Amino acid sequence: MQIGVVKESVANESRVAASPSSISQLIKLNFSVTVESGAGDKASFSDSMYEEAGAIVSSAESAWQSDILLKVNPPSDGEVEKMKEGATLIGFFWPAQNEELMKKLANRKINVLAMDSVPRISRAQSMDALSSMANIAGYRAVVEASHCFGSFFTGQITAAGKVPPAKVLIIGAGVAGLAAIGTAGSLGAIVRAFDTRPEVKEQIESMGAEFLELDFEEEAGSGDGYAKVMSKEFIEAEMALFAEQAKDVDIIITTAMIPGKPAPKLITEDMVRSMKRGSVIVDLAALGGGNCELTEEGKAVEVDGVTIIGYSDMPARLPTQSSQLYANNLLNLLKLLTPQKNGQIELNFDDEVIRNVTVTKQGEITWPPPPVKVSAAPAPKKEAPTPVAKKEEKSASGMGKSITMLIGASFYVWLASVAPPDFMQHFTVFILACIIGYYVVWNVTHALHTPLMSVTNAISGIIVVGAILQISSTTPLVMWIAVFAVLIAFINVVGGFVVTKRMLKMFRKED
Amino acid sequence: MENLLNDVLGQGNNMALFNAAYFVAAILFIFSLAGLSKQESAEHGVWYGIIGMLIALTATILSPQVTNLQYLIIAMAIGGAIGVRFAVKVEMTQMPELVAMLHSFVGLAAVAVGYNSFLEHGELAGMMKSIHLVEVFLGVFIGAVTFTGSVVAFGKLRGMISSSPLMLPHRHKMNLLAGIVSFALMVYFVQQEGHMTSLIVMTVIALIFGWHLVASIGGADMPVVVSMLNSYSGWAAAAAGFMLGNDLLIVTGALVGSSGAILSYIMCRAMNRSFISVIAGGFGQEVTISSDQDYGDYVETSAEEVAEMLKNAKSVIITPGYGMAVAQAQYPVYDITKKLRDKGVNVRFGIHPVAGRLPGHMNVLLAEAKVPYDIVLEMDEINDDFDDTDVVLVIGANDTVNPSAAEDPNSPIAGMPVLEVWNARHVVCFKRSMNPGYAGVQNPLFFKDNSSMLFGDAKDSVEAIARAI
Repeated sequence: MQIGVVKESVANESRVAASPSSISQLIKLNFSVTVESGAGDKASFSDSMYEEAGAIVSSAESAWQSDILLKVNPPSDGEVEKMKEGATLIGFFWPAQNEELMKKLANRKINVLAMDSVPRISRAQSMDALSSMANIAGYRAVVEASHCFGSFFTGQITAAGKVPPAKVLIIGAGVAGLAAIGTAGSLGAIVRAFDTRPEVKEQIESMGAEFLELDFEEEAGSGDGYAKVMSKEFIEAEMALFAEQAKDVDIIITTAMIPGKPAPKLITEDMVRSMKRGSVIVDLAALGGGNCELTEEGKAVEVDGVTIIGYSDMPARLPTQSSQLYANNLLNLLKLLTPQKNGQIELNFDDEVIRNVTVTKQGEITWPPPPVKVSAAPAPKKEAPTPVAKKEEKSASGMGKSITMLIGASFYVWLASVAPPDFMQHFTVFILACIIGYYVVWNVTHALHTPLMSVTNAISGIIVVGAILQISSTTPLVMWIAVFAVLIAFINVVGGFVVTKRMLKMFRKED
Repeated sequence: MENLLNDVLGQGNNMALFNAAYFVAAILFIFSLAGLSKQESAEHGVWYGIIGMLIALTATILSPQVTNLQYLIIAMAIGGAIGVRFAVKVEMTQMPELVAMLHSFVGLAAVAVGYNSFLEHGELAGMMKSIHLVEVFLGVFIGAVTFTGSVVAFGKLRGMISSSPLMLPHRHKMNLLAGIVSFALMVYFVQQEGHMTSLIVMTVIALIFGWHLVASIGGADMPVVVSMLNSYSGWAAAAAGFMLGNDLLIVTGALVGSSGAILSYIMCRAMNRSFISVIAGGFGQEVTISSDQDYGDYVETSAEEVAEMLKNAKSVIITPGYGMAVAQAQYPVYDITKKLRDKGVNVRFGIHPVAGRLPGHMNVLLAEAKVPYDIVLEMDEINDDFDDTDVVLVIGANDTVNPSAAEDPNSPIAGMPVLEVWNARHVVCFKRSMNPGYAGVQNPLFFKDNSSMLFGDAKDSVEAIARAI
């Protein structure tokens, strides 16, 4: 099948749906790839780079006529007309917001796979374009903030005086939030983060940020990996926390979004006005209406000396990086769609990833998909049972030990009372030797276990002594058996010692 | 020669000197094992063992009751020559085979000594006679089990016998039956004051029992099997000591026996399995591999990328497994180690106790490849350091680095202590394919976000990385 990559028509869009490396991989799956001339210019992928990777660079018309179209944004009405009937369109689609378009495409029997509908299960991580883009947005949010912020992020002590580090508050520790935490932290800022889901605490702390906790208990995971709407009491406690933090921090980055709902308003006008002059707010939820009351989508505004950035095109501001990652997400989805690697895609609805992303199939609207539950949400604390079991085991073995010793001692006393003294003497030697062996061998370092075995091999050849004593027998049979025993036991003695010496020679310290 | 001793010392002193020599030999054997506690003293340890052996042999040969010296010397010369040949020729990867083979010799010698002791012994009566017969019977039994068990272990290690566990129907019942019949034969044997046929029948049963015991144990349980056989060979020597009334044999046998037992225990603990369950065999049989579980996707990487990653790392840990030995990758691994250490990268090795086919096998292999032993650490020493490690290379290991042992209580290997490689910033797994390891358990490590896979022959991959560094 032919894959077409076209130039994005949306204003300010600089991304493209294929990179030279993704194209060479697509060709390995036996697809042919046609790229519209100039499609990757803004992402720094030239036509010649695509050609080198094996793509055909052609006019817009022939690219639009492909069997499979890779895109970033949903097509415009005019673009729908350019598509071939029965083609497959893969890209961000936002079916909830684009029902009209969805119907139109279904009428033209165009299969639509929406990259924004990849389920959040671990198997689908490699196709999760929203996460890829969120990661970039989180990074860019910090870069934008630092651009508007008039001071260092990192604290320094210079000859001219001491510079305190910037304090950054990040609200929402999803992919974007975590990326922002990492970026701000590596610039040297003091980073604090808040999230309604307590289970992300560990992730936040592992990125080196402080997790701000509310003294309030509420279940916040919704089972699909996203946050849900919280109760009124919770929101009040949360708002109090933000109001207090706003007076202290220099930069706030908000990333709180709830799928299919307007973004929650977390930063009020009062909070903005209470911030220090020169502070910056970056609102990554601008597209969903913004987490800050004063956010204006696509713009940076200034209120009382506080800059509020509401750009909704953060990923497009890193066009090369975002195109690369997005192209890889598309590639991974196509790999899943092409199990035979024969350049033919199959929309196999038994696969829940494919089922989820498919919005229209052969003229039918298949959206919304049946819900998928993921286990990403709070793992019930399962540490408890294991240690308990272990403890019991331990006490049992302690008990067992004393019981065994008691039985052993009584057995020994019984044996001493019945067995002849000659035997008892040997038996005592045997027991003592076992105990010595026990203590001596425990001290042997693990690294020398193999030499230990070969040495014990050699010294267990001591059985040769027994055979030597029997060799003097006058019975020929006994003598010959003894000769044989001496021979094989002596292989052990000599072989064991020689190989041990050989091995120990190899062990050397660093010079 | 005995006349010489007699002349010098007189009969009574002779016996005393004989015992003193044995006592010194026994002490030296203890020192020998104690010397192996550290690399620095290990060489001395071996010398103690050699001197002890020389003293014991000299005293025995010089003792007045030993005649037929010509046969003795020939047998010792042939045995010694064969021993040297084996020891000098053996590849370090084949050490487990050599050790297993040597165990079988001790077992066979114990059987021979046991038969001889039955055929010809001093004047014994009443209780002493019964005890002697029990000792003979037990000595032959243990010796025979050790012999065939070791032969099978040898065959499995060498690949002459399939290393997958042999699963006969009713195998536990058959083992139990063998034990009961042997016990009944022993009672009969003692009642009859020595009955050759029952001794022979028992020997055959013991031989089959030993064969079956090891045949039903799978390849990766070999460390346990080999150390168990090590222990048996010691008990066999001790049993021979009892029947001959020889304290040196008893002491040495007990030392070796407890040494092997401790090694088996360490191995079992490292796999979080009971000794009985290993011996009963068939690990992984009843486990259904839940392949439908969703592990996510793995990420493939290339030798060049790994080389780049290693060059930029500050701290690297390499966790080798048996796969490294099979691919003979330890030499190029050392190349990488040397190159990176020259660049100031802190490279260390983390060894799981059951890595390899013999306790401590990996250490020997790395030592052979000239890796200094002070950067080769055991699991307990290194497990806390993974947090501060940039890159971990997992070469030919699988179950010993499986996070489900720590995270998934339902996993068949749950609770097994493992190398916590996933705590490092990046993990590279060298593997041939995505097949699960010995335990039949899929390894979620491969699907973690911070791990990537490098497919192909371990040696080729490692060499490619060495070139790219």
